[in-house]
Amino acid sequence: MTEKHPVGVAGSGTMGTGIAIVAARGGFPTLVFDLDEGRVAAALAAMRAFFGKSVQRGKLTQDQVDEIMGRVTGTSRIEDLAVCGLVIEAIYEELEAKGKLFAALDAVCPAHTLFASNTSTLSITEIAARSGRDDRFVGMHFCLPAQLMKLVEMSPGLNTSQESFEAAWALCEAMGQRPVKTQDAPGFILNYFLVPFNNDAIRLVEEGVAAPEEIDKAIKGALGYAMGPMELLDLVGLDTQVLLCEALHGVTNAPRAACPPLLRRMVAARRLGRKTKRGFLNYETTAIFGA
Amino acid sequence: MSHTVIASGESRSFPEAHPLLAAGGESGDILVLIGAGAGAAFAALKDPAPYRAILIELGTECLGVHTGESRGDEGGTVLGFARFRLGNAAPSDLVEIVRQPRTPDAVVAAARALFEAHGLKTAVCGDFPGRIVDRLVRPYYNAALGRLDAKLATAADMDLTLKLGLGYPEGPIELLERTGLAAHCDVTQALYDALGDAAYAPARRAQVAKARAGEK
Ligand SMILES: NC(=O)c1ccc[n+]([C@@H]2O[C@H](COP(=O)([O-])OP(=O)(O)OC[C@H]3O[C@@H](n4cnc5c(N)ncnc54)[C@H](O)[C@@H]3O)[C@@H](O)[C@H]2O)c1
Repeated sequence: MTEKHPVGVAGSGTMGTGIAIVAARGGFPTLVFDLDEGRVAAALAAMRAFFGKSVQRGKLTQDQVDEIMGRVTGTSRIEDLAVCGLVIEAIYEELEAKGKLFAALDAVCPAHTLFASNTSTLSITEIAARSGRDDRFVGMHFCLPAQLMKLVEMSPGLNTSQESFEAAWALCEAMGQRPVKTQDAPGFILNYFLVPFNNDAIRLVEEGVAAPEEIDKAIKGALGYAMGPMELLDLVGLDTQVLLCEALHGVTNAPRAACPPLLRRMVAARRLGRKTKRGFLNYETTAIFGA
Repeated sequence: MSHTVIASGESRSFPEAHPLLAAGGESGDILVLIGAGAGAAFAALKDPAPYRAILIELGTECLGVHTGESRGDEGGTVLGFARFRLGNAAPSDLVEIVRQPRTPDAVVAAARALFEAHGLKTAVCGDFPGRIVDRLVRPYYNAALGRLDAKLATAADMDLTLKLGLGYPEGPIELLERTGLAAHCDVTQALYDALGDAAYAPARRAQVAKARAGEK
């Protein structure tokens, strides 16, 4: 087997940590990079905790975990990414910030390094245009939680070479993931369908068609979905849904992607979903008598 | 709680034998009107007073068509219902129960209890075209068909993405193929006529399937 070039993960937040788990578990030397040293340390700790659970569940042995974690290095120095064959970016969802990071990476990395962005809503072609190597740039959209979800939506930008796309695809598969090819279009596949679908559900509440719990019961009962749209929105966070709406509606102008007024009112009232114990459904415990 | 079933014409909700039908008796206190002629059967009913609830099977029409409406104060013992069903696939276990603004909660609860006692699931909604499920899934199916035409991804990759990414049991394209694109065209055309929202206008692929179905 040919030696695996290291994979760099830039931005070690929620997604970056999950992607680093995937890369390291897939046998790649993995560099976890974040500007914030605290986030690097937190990511490494989260990775160890995740693999610790894998040992408890009997999915991995402690020896395997030691081997995997032995492949992982944390850093806050961008120069350290110079050894990478592929850098996957998962920093804040801002075109300016992503563009600046890739320009800096372009100065550091050799010509053969492939760049990938995990953006959910930005255009791959637009980010690639700021990277100095738009022919060696791909979209690699992992799902949350990346360490458990196999799916990766992969999109070429307008100038991505076939060779780069195929090489990135092969790396994605080598990490044990299941890539699907989509165009570089707003929201790719998942968010293109999901964000407006969830908005439509909010509009049904807004228009008095049905109560949130009835909507969930109907969708689950009729179609066998594991979760109804209202539960899913509460889990994702209503503030996140607002950001997704703004990003998608901003580039598509599609009426169904527009943020429903009720959603903004919910966010203003701090009903953000599970994380504030109240969203479309109520998660406050009602057991007063200590039952 | 007892119920009486009157069948008039073909029923989309109960095309075959079902425990709820089998359990119906002569003089129940809930009247279940099923079949394409359920509305007409209700209109022909001599005395609705003895029933604590009357359930009319709906097609794509609103319940108000059968009960009449007045100033948002409508609502009594009459409810609408339909089992969600895609094309000619078997009906799902989900019964959408349609209420009106002044429908007493006790009437809704009685209907729920009846359906649930016979193995069905229920969701209650107001009297709107498409109720809950069609109202939500039809624009999504249209978007999937439209994105297929726009070559966002192959049909297989689109289906796979939605199954793996969102845990849906079936992708939108395979689901529509299984249950009939022409049927999707019929439902969306009715919703588009009722709601006037372009999201419900039948997608090109559904229109094509409908045209071909008409030729045969
Ligand atoms: N959260 C999701 O559900 C999800 C799913 C798929 C894709 N995404 C995308 O993944 C990306 C990251 O999302 P997240 O939820 O993990 O964010 P996050 O806020 O959890 O993490 C972002 C990290 O990037 C770091 N960072 C910021 N600027 C940096 C820079 N210039 N260089 C290095 N590190 C930098 C921050 O310190 C932070 O640790 C976004 O593009 C988002 O759209 C998110």
